[in-house]
Amino acid sequence: MDSFTTLTGQAMPLQRSDVDTDQIIPAVYLKRVTRSGFEDGLFAAWRTDPAFVLNQPQFAGATILVAGPDFGTGSSREHAVWALRDYGFRAVIAARFGDIFRGNAGKGGLVTAQVDQSVVRQLWAVLESDPAVPVTVDLQTRTVSWLDVTEPFELDDYTRWRLLEGLDDVDLTLRHEESVSQFEANRPGWLPATA
Amino acid sequence: MGRTLAEKVWEAHVVRRAAGEPDLLYVDLHLIHEVTSPQAFDGLRQAGRAVRRPDLTLATEDHNVPTLDIDRPIADPVSRVQVEALRSNCAEFGVPIYPLGDADQGIVHVVGPQLGLTQPGMTVVCGDSHTSTHGAFGALAFGIGTSEVEHVLATQTLPLNPFRTMAVTLEGELPPGVSAKDLVLAVIAEIGTGGGQGHVIEFRGSAIRGLSMEARMTVCNMSIEAGARAGMIAPDETTFDYLEGRPHAPQGADWAAALDYWRTLVTDDDAVFDREVVIDATGLAPFVTWGTNPAQGAPLTGSVPDPSSYADTNERVAAEKALTYMGLQAGTRLRDIPVDTVFLGSCTNGRIEDLRAAAGVIRGRKVADGVQMLVVPGSVRVRLAAEEEGLDVVFTDAGAEWRHAGCSMCLGMNPDQLGSGKRSASTSNRNFEGRQGKGGRTHLVSPLVAAATAVRGTLSSPADLLPTAPKD
Repeated sequence: MDSFTTLTGQAMPLQRSDVDTDQIIPAVYLKRVTRSGFEDGLFAAWRTDPAFVLNQPQFAGATILVAGPDFGTGSSREHAVWALRDYGFRAVIAARFGDIFRGNAGKGGLVTAQVDQSVVRQLWAVLESDPAVPVTVDLQTRTVSWLDVTEPFELDDYTRWRLLEGLDDVDLTLRHEESVSQFEANRPGWLPATA
Repeated sequence: MGRTLAEKVWEAHVVRRAAGEPDLLYVDLHLIHEVTSPQAFDGLRQAGRAVRRPDLTLATEDHNVPTLDIDRPIADPVSRVQVEALRSNCAEFGVPIYPLGDADQGIVHVVGPQLGLTQPGMTVVCGDSHTSTHGAFGALAFGIGTSEVEHVLATQTLPLNPFRTMAVTLEGELPPGVSAKDLVLAVIAEIGTGGGQGHVIEFRGSAIRGLSMEARMTVCNMSIEAGARAGMIAPDETTFDYLEGRPHAPQGADWAAALDYWRTLVTDDDAVFDREVVIDATGLAPFVTWGTNPAQGAPLTGSVPDPSSYADTNERVAAEKALTYMGLQAGTRLRDIPVDTVFLGSCTNGRIEDLRAAAGVIRGRKVADGVQMLVVPGSVRVRLAAEEEGLDVVFTDAGAEWRHAGCSMCLGMNPDQLGSGKRSASTSNRNFEGRQGKGGRTHLVSPLVAAATAVRGTLSSPADLLPTAPKD
């Protein structure tokens, strides 16, 4: 996984709440067996509307998405993270995230910066008046900043560390394989097996 | 201090605990399907890793598969490739699979319980958010992403930070005609789509105790729609009766040993939940959604709300957008909303009791002109059981379509899609924009409401079909 320390870039306001993972990428785009190329499915239904923010040239090239609360609720599809990454986003700022989406984001190198909704509203207002204002997401200090404003964001220590280091979870767990074997030796015998 | 049910199950699965790190949790059962697994198997292959416990892993084909002509090759080439990838991955890594055409094929969350693979106190994961269904047995069951699928395949564990705990208590007897689906839709409307975020919800109280196993699965299934990581119900005699004799349930001395353990799986009297919600079950009524998230619902006797009645800006804007998408006017009586399609099925309401409930309403009646009703059993076993009881004939006599098992129109990954601008009454779990097909409009309902709606052609409860009803 790519590591992430700090990112300064253009931000895109997505002024909607409850953006579920079916909106981020509809199910018909989930049929690929590869791990890349999902950018075409990102917000597919809304992209047919020329006024949708993704179609506005002043936000082209944005790497940070600023969304309403409860972003990424619903389906567990990690394709939602891949679609955002494949499109070019490296961070999403919102007041609340769906739990599974947030977990997936941490595995896929996408920073989910949780802030107060008041911070989201401030950013929306700034970006509406000047889309070119650069925004910084700093994972070291866990802050979001623009112009002369700096606001803290929440992200748990462990996910932050893994993102900073770009570590692979499976490698980390395999260091404790002996503990897993010990646990397995003590599992009750009545537990079911599939084969 | 005592512990909650969720905490007991969590503690029993901690492989490793270290300060500043998530707990490493053991997974007792890993269910997989064609959509969220191919990239996980690819990851294993690239790293030269094996599946650690194929004997604790089970695959079935459900999301993509057609519900017609299942003896022919899958027509959609992209779906076919995905299904074939699952089969070849399972063959390569030694994972048992129930493919299309097998007697045990079906929706992953219907198959696990009916085989007796889902048992109290287990940890169950699947790359599907509705894994919460299995919590009905007192298992800790939750959906995971594809990276986590790969992690479980490789290690049979997951690193996780403990979930918070939340009690949703429903006391009293459900009024007649009010089902588990109405109950859980009402809970979601009460606490919101983010209300359970970060929490495991334990459903408690006499209304829950009074539910059958299948009804409990419907409740836990929808926990994710309230944002919860998982839903759980403490196992009791209803649970044990359901499990006894199932193919993978313990037998003989093992059954007795398992029962002794399962009876300990209750929240201690002095345990403290991080959050508690109490709802009077006696005041519940048939409940339907009018909007584009599962919390946007109301009793069927009500009307489409006026967005300006919401104090919260986000809720108001969300309601405005929802009404535009749904093509609805504030103030319209929910019972006056006509539908084009009725979908009976899904991991929420595709079990035999759901089909029986709907058939009981449809029997001797006809699906209204211009309405298409799809009946999609949750598994081949459910389909066969229904046919044994003659339910298929009840549905087809009424003019409904009797299909093969799968996820079908719940998410429209197969050919069963809701057309643009079309409106459905659906027993599934999500009314998101475009969920059942691009531009499709979904009203979530119970099987009873689905059946009555099919007959009247507008959102209805079985009570509306009585001769004493004000209209018709």
